[in-house]
Amino acid sequence: MTSLKASVSPHIRGSRTTHRIMLDVIIALMPTLVASVILFGFRALLLTAISAAACVAFEYIWEKLMKKPITVADLSAVVTGILIAFNVPASMPIWELLVGDLVAIVAVKMLFGGIGCNFVNPALVGRVVMFLSFTADMTNYSYPAAAVDALSSATPLALIASGSIGWEHFMDILCGVHGGVLGETCALTLITGGLYLCAREVIKPIIPLAYIGSTLLFSWIFGSPDPVLSIFSGGLMLGAIYMATDYVTTPFTNLGKLIFGLGCGLLTSLMRVFANSAGAVSFSILLMNLVVPYINELTMPKPFGGVTEK
Amino acid sequence: MHLPKLHGAHVPHRKNTAGMRPERMPTPKMVSIPMSMHIGAPAEPLVKPGDQVKVGQLIAKAGGFVSSPVHASVSGKVKRIDDVLSGMGRFMKAIVIEADPEQETLEGLAPPVVTDYQSFVDAVRESGVVGLGGAGFPTAVKLSVKDLSKVEAVIINGAECEPYVTSDTRTMLDDGDLIFEGIELLKKYMQVKRVVIGIEKNKPQCVAEMQSRAAKTQGVEVMALPALYPQGGEKVLIYNTIGRVVPEGKLPLDAGAIVLNCTTLAAIARYIKTGMPLVEKVVTVDGSAVREPKNVIAPIGTPVSDLFEFCGGFKSEPKKVLYGGPMMGIAMPDLSCPVMKNTNAVLAFDERDATLPEPTACIRCGSCVDACPLNLMPTEIESAYEKRDVERLKKLKANLCMECGCCAYACPAKRMLVQTNKLAKGLLAADAAAKRAEAERKEKEKARKEAAK
Repeated sequence: MTSLKASVSPHIRGSRTTHRIMLDVIIALMPTLVASVILFGFRALLLTAISAAACVAFEYIWEKLMKKPITVADLSAVVTGILIAFNVPASMPIWELLVGDLVAIVAVKMLFGGIGCNFVNPALVGRVVMFLSFTADMTNYSYPAAAVDALSSATPLALIASGSIGWEHFMDILCGVHGGVLGETCALTLITGGLYLCAREVIKPIIPLAYIGSTLLFSWIFGSPDPVLSIFSGGLMLGAIYMATDYVTTPFTNLGKLIFGLGCGLLTSLMRVFANSAGAVSFSILLMNLVVPYINELTMPKPFGGVTEK
Repeated sequence: MHLPKLHGAHVPHRKNTAGMRPERMPTPKMVSIPMSMHIGAPAEPLVKPGDQVKVGQLIAKAGGFVSSPVHASVSGKVKRIDDVLSGMGRFMKAIVIEADPEQETLEGLAPPVVTDYQSFVDAVRESGVVGLGGAGFPTAVKLSVKDLSKVEAVIINGAECEPYVTSDTRTMLDDGDLIFEGIELLKKYMQVKRVVIGIEKNKPQCVAEMQSRAAKTQGVEVMALPALYPQGGEKVLIYNTIGRVVPEGKLPLDAGAIVLNCTTLAAIARYIKTGMPLVEKVVTVDGSAVREPKNVIAPIGTPVSDLFEFCGGFKSEPKKVLYGGPMMGIAMPDLSCPVMKNTNAVLAFDERDATLPEPTACIRCGSCVDACPLNLMPTEIESAYEKRDVERLKKLKANLCMECGCCAYACPAKRMLVQTNKLAKGLLAADAAAKRAEAERKEKEKARKEAAK
């Protein structure tokens, strides 16, 4: 008779799980992976697979060594791995990519306590470390065979900044038929994945909209030659939709998310217009990651009926 | 006036028994009627082992102002006054009565004489009625209002937002007469001008039934509320019906409202009409382990095992049995636990439904913050509690939590947020008690020094 279980209410739970959320992010990234393989060839798939596998392996090995519960089944390492691969060009040497994975998983994620405990986005730190360590390889962009002449040398961001391309190449830019890293060029599939994530309520559209919208606005204010084209190029779509929406390193509340998105947009425009455009998105998001605790504190929701003690 | 919407959780409804008229179960062989079926002081037994009692007879008097009398739910012989296991896993005093084959009602049971406000409140006290929605707060205490002009509205709670539970649904469908007689009593003796009946939209038949009756009554409005848990939470209901916010540490009355559960009101009306105090309850018997879910009319004190037996027994081994719904219900330790005044459902779940997923690390997604109807930050409360940071918990207003469970329901990492919140509230209470004791000690010290001079 005493075989009944006792536990604190509630006795039912919703269907959302961390695993399902991560799986949705992976699903959302798939169209972009397909686009990347079409644009940059088989090596895009190879690098992505290696990066994802490496991230899972690093997490697993770390947890084994530290005698901690194995958490790789939550798929968050797979997401990190795909995102890191999406941030390198097709010609990236594999060992350099592995360095990025190692930094992201071990130094940024696991050393701080694993999922939920990192204060900056692991994939972005991985990217920045690779960018600073292997600058030449990280900017040795591949160019899709199908790219028109104008788009077959520098990245569109650089071209727009110098005023050498314009709207006649809009469709090429939208579809990603230009130079860049694996996962950033095809704005079309990135947006499609973002819509899927919003529909699945994995992310709210606030941060991407605030980020992209404010980048547009501030770029125009700061005198960018073509602010509209510039939001479709470079790492902005990938960053705004998939990196700036990482739960752990972004604010809780809608107001907090808005502030975060606007801050990212301001920093990105400043860097793009007045400094080097490469890496602007990564550095902007990382800088904003650092102020998230303060944003959370400032935008703490007002408890219903709460009375402040005098 | 535009009011910002309160958050909540889209819990499943599972109102499987909504269409089932309550069936009267056979008289149980034995009932054990607890002395603590309400918030406040336990009732004090008036009978002793060996006494013969009849249905409706007063067997225990209220143990104080915030307390409630208890009546015999069956006729028979008092076997013993004993400690029985309560739903909380503690022991509580109960009067155990062995039922006679022939059930006799107390002769001379007559409607109470009610002439004015005071006699009305007295009658409510004598009826033994407490908050039947689950809280068990003595209704007479709630209705004892110093200044009746402060009561701007009485809100009848028909939200019944917990999954599975349909006993209030049945009250609205089967005992609509009593609810409206109750409303007339409130209007007559408490000069209530405005009555609002709040019902979740997922019960259109109840909304229609109450609306057709309200159309014939002055000053009664029926509001169909969104089917968003916890619509029936007192603060949430007050806000969503009359747009008032109950401030921290204050009562609904301070916001001009009294909230009464619809079944509570019907029980009051029944007593004043017939003189029969609260001795039986409509209990929803459901859950994945139950063969034939039903609404059952059960004498108070009936062991829940008898209810399950009346519902065809178990189709699989019950692994978790609840008093109340799955969001806020209490897991009982044993099937011998009795039906209490505030029991609106008993649910039995099989292994699968009784097993909660293992908690994993918080991913700081903010789902709990988005779900909390009171705008609290459960994840922040959790990390503050883990650090035993009392100041931070105060700032986060952990004390306001009503333990509705939306946060834990929404959490993808399946964290035990309600459990942590309960612990956090305990920590705050302990801290406040320690501060009070310290202040008292200093006061005494001072007095002692003064005296020594």
